[in-house]
Amino acid sequence: MADFEVPELKEYPVVPMPKDGVMSHLSPFVAKPEFQEALGYPGNKVQKEGEDPKYILIDGWKEKAIDKMGDLLDRYRGFRVFMDSCVKCGACTDKCHYYLGTNDAKNMPVARQDLLRSVYRRYFTFAGKYFPKLVGARDLTEDVVDEWYSYFHQCSECRRCSVFCPYGIDTAEVTMAAREILAHIGKGQKYDNEIIGKVFTIGNNLGLPERALADSLEGLEEDIFDDIEVPVKLPLDKKGADILLVTPSADFFAEPHVDGLMGYAKVFHATGANWTLSSKASEAANFGLFIGSYENMQRISMRIREAALELGVKRIVYGECGHAWRVGYSFLNTLAGPFDFLDQSYPIPQHICEYTKDALDQGLLNIDKSANDDMVLTFHDSCNVARASGMGNYPGGQFDIPRAVIKAVCNNFVDMEPGTTHDATFCCGGGGGLLTDDLMELRVKGILPRASALTNAVKENGVTHMAAICAICKSQFTKVLPYYGFTMDQIVSVHQLVSNAIVLESQGEEDNDSDDDDAEE
Amino acid sequence: MSTLIAVLLSLATIVMIVGLARKARQYRATPAPLKIPVTPAPKTTGGVVLRLAKEVIFFASLFRSNKWTWLFGWMFHVGLALAFIRHLRYVIDPDGMLGFMWPLISLEVVQSFGKYAGFAMVIGLLGLFARRILVARVRYISAPSDYLMLLLIMFIGFSGLMMSFVSHVDIVGVKTFMLGILNLDLQELPESAPLMIHLSLVALLGFILPVSKLLHIPGVFYAPTRNQVDNPREKRHLSPWAAKYDATRGSDKNAAAQ
Repeated sequence: MADFEVPELKEYPVVPMPKDGVMSHLSPFVAKPEFQEALGYPGNKVQKEGEDPKYILIDGWKEKAIDKMGDLLDRYRGFRVFMDSCVKCGACTDKCHYYLGTNDAKNMPVARQDLLRSVYRRYFTFAGKYFPKLVGARDLTEDVVDEWYSYFHQCSECRRCSVFCPYGIDTAEVTMAAREILAHIGKGQKYDNEIIGKVFTIGNNLGLPERALADSLEGLEEDIFDDIEVPVKLPLDKKGADILLVTPSADFFAEPHVDGLMGYAKVFHATGANWTLSSKASEAANFGLFIGSYENMQRISMRIREAALELGVKRIVYGECGHAWRVGYSFLNTLAGPFDFLDQSYPIPQHICEYTKDALDQGLLNIDKSANDDMVLTFHDSCNVARASGMGNYPGGQFDIPRAVIKAVCNNFVDMEPGTTHDATFCCGGGGGLLTDDLMELRVKGILPRASALTNAVKENGVTHMAAICAICKSQFTKVLPYYGFTMDQIVSVHQLVSNAIVLESQGEEDNDSDDDDAEE
Repeated sequence: MSTLIAVLLSLATIVMIVGLARKARQYRATPAPLKIPVTPAPKTTGGVVLRLAKEVIFFASLFRSNKWTWLFGWMFHVGLALAFIRHLRYVIDPDGMLGFMWPLISLEVVQSFGKYAGFAMVIGLLGLFARRILVARVRYISAPSDYLMLLLIMFIGFSGLMMSFVSHVDIVGVKTFMLGILNLDLQELPESAPLMIHLSLVALLGFILPVSKLLHIPGVFYAPTRNQVDNPREKRHLSPWAAKYDATRGSDKNAAAQ
């Protein structure tokens, strides 16, 4: 099934000995010139056409790379401080899932940073200019660029290393800076850049046009009706709605994402919310984050503001998506605010888990927990939710609220072992713009720590299913956990569980209420 | 020789202070356009102060990460801090401007703690050095300067301990010399090889500090991942260069008009 070795699951975590460069063969496909230019990057030149095309760096790439690095150093305090403050203590060296899964020394967070830091030192510091050998500084060469391209696409920007760093150095920031530099010299990544292009031209990552979106929403309404005989709606572009739901486009048809979407719809239905999706903002994901581009990230975010204004909504709610929630929670107010035209009595934006938790607390949802009795659940904390955003109004709400929702709709829940959850959670192995088939080897190896913890939970606690609130996590798990003996349907959306357990009026004995319900619609 | 040492120490002090100040100013002047605290993060400024204090005083994240590195690193830094406080006696004139500190610095407990802290410091450094050689992961990420830096501080510690416990130095003479530098009235330094070595290495450390990884000293305070308040939804965060995108986006009008 694969032309590489799938790592062996171990009962106890084993920190491997570092092996230099065993993953250096792996690089994602390079973005074509038209996709570079659509994002405001210089178009690269084609060296070799065909199935495996090669591109050459733009003229004057070396100076331009160094200039770009200088520009980023002046624009991002984090990047500047992180380039200086590492003492090479080694605290991060055993924290990265890609290191643990690949054994490649350059996948140790500090070693990854050093790929860039060594060049920073050479061109921007006294010690590196005059004593390069002494401080590990090196010239920027084409080999270095290739190494950057390979290893900065072996980082999922999950920030686990940063939690453990005594100086808070965030490799995600370094990776983003490196990708931004690479894109500026003609080495953008195909998967990320083409997806951003689709968001700009069509409106979502999957390139799902408005008509197809409307069709699939109608199909979902029919599915729900066939299932529970309640006319739950999934409105699109409904002007005057109170709530705009922005959700990852995978929710429109991928499994198990779509079951989550039906869950949101049922919660909205049960709370009597007047809500809508938007064809303009038919994507919560924001890959501008992954490539470290403030400009693209903002341009993508603006669609949400514009959709909210056009539809005249009062609230914005985000569906289950990890990095989208980072951009939503941490950046949206900066990128696309101020949101003075929205109802200030609700968080802007609000997470669907926060919304559902509130509804549960207010007793608005009629829940039959036994509907999920065929499962023993555990919960995967998605890195961008766990370490880069929050929920509720206190630190750590992002851990409690999804768990509270799960426990409110399921009888059987257990956490995976400490050190693999909460802010120490392991990445699914496919985050940060790496969810592409050309990086399958990395994805299979990078899932190792999560797969080990899940396997232990299965053995020790009889766990049967793992819930997640991230579209990328769900896609990665369903595709890659089968390499470790799991089946696709063992991965569920949190709101899929809600969907299973929620009892809507007009169901069963309350059937006679259905007329009233229709009248409200 | 006294003059040379005096000049070196003075220059090193100036280079260190100016260099660190310039770096701190550079960090401050560089915008942090986005809210990137590693969460869960405090929601108030007071909480951030507490978070940073835990990092600076107890090395909280390092403790979570690796107990051996924490143990040696913390021993070294606390030893250094105590030894540093003990050394203030050489530059504080009881009748001078900083004289108000004298009763504290001259306390027996402060002085003896500082004396034995030298051992903690050197043991910590030896531990860190051993880790750097013995742990393959740490060895891989080490540059020559990483070893040399440990050796430099270790030799400062050795030479200091030598003077405390083996080959005593005329400390009254040392104090006269140091106050002489401060008062721009140069005095003779007592003859002592360990003292020469000690002071030369300290001067070297001062020169190196602002151009080396010792920039983790200001860096720890300026990491946005640790010093930002986690309130992006409550309060709009906007840095000057990011603000220009606000002005240029201008699509609200079109949107609202539709």
